Amino acid sequence: MEIGLGEYLALASLLFGIGATGFLTRRNALIQLMSIEIMLNSVNVVLVAVNRFHPENHAGQIFSFFVIAVAAAEAAVGLAILIALYRLKKTIETDKADVLRH
Amino acid sequence: MSDASFVLFLMCSVSALAGALGTVASRRPLRGAVSLLVMIIALAGLYLTLAAELLAAIQLLVYAGAVVVLFVFVIMLIGPAAETPPNPRGIMVRILSFVGMGMFTATVSFSLVDVSAQWVRRPDGFGTVEGVGSSLYTQALVPFEIISITLTVAIVGAVAVARSKTARELAEARERAAAMKAEAEAAKAAKAAKAA
Repeated sequence: MEIGLGEYLALASLLFGIGATGFLTRRNALIQLMSIEIMLNSVNVVLVAVNRFHPENHAGQIFSFFVIAVAAAEAAVGLAILIALYRLKKTIETDKADVLRH
Repeated sequence: MSDASFVLFLMCSVSALAGALGTVASRRPLRGAVSLLVMIIALAGLYLTLAAELLAAIQLLVYAGAVVVLFVFVIMLIGPAAETPPNPRGIMVRILSFVGMGMFTATVSFSLVDVSAQWVRRPDGFGTVEGVGSSLYTQALVPFEIISITLTVAIVGAVAVARSKTARELAEARERAAAMKAEAEAAKAAKAAKAA
């Protein structure tokens, strides 16, 4: 069996689906942040794969480079917010983060 | 595509899916972090089959070396509270959401499997440090500089958010200071009485 662009795209969509399911069903903020990382990584796979089949320039690889940088910044800020939430509520369940709701 | 990269693709895709599923399904966040590490390393292997050596190295350095370690640090900092009790919304809702998302993902991925493109010969310097670096500095110089500002702002923001005190912590600190002051004054008074 020959592996082509389709297999990479299918793998990326499976990864994205797993990440989205995790983000929507879990209530642990840490796991939810990890699910976001899974989704960002699956997008990177798509960008790099399409770039391999159109190698005239490095547009896809450069874009995924920026996605990696933004994902690192997002992880840092997200974890800082998580720590602030933990100090306020003594839990990291996202259902308990309802300070702005009442 | 050579046989070696075929084998690498199979190994990496299977372990990437297993790692992602382990991350999402793990009850303990530390196991989730290790599963995330497995997925990230597998994706670095996939980048190698796609002629993106520099990105594979960056993936290992930034994700495996920095982001996962950051997650592990936070898990260590939070301690036992990192593990949350199961979702009380009932098993039915979770099964329904898994099935719904699984059906959607299966539809998308089965339609994407048929996308085909010719494997083209890899141009000289494609995906290497030299090739990507020169593209980065000739075609994307301004975004590259802006990303450094973004990272700086993110670091400063993270420190500001994580270090700020809550109202309760401020009150506790004030109470503690007042108690220490009273204690010191009492000691001073006792000393003065003794001298007299």
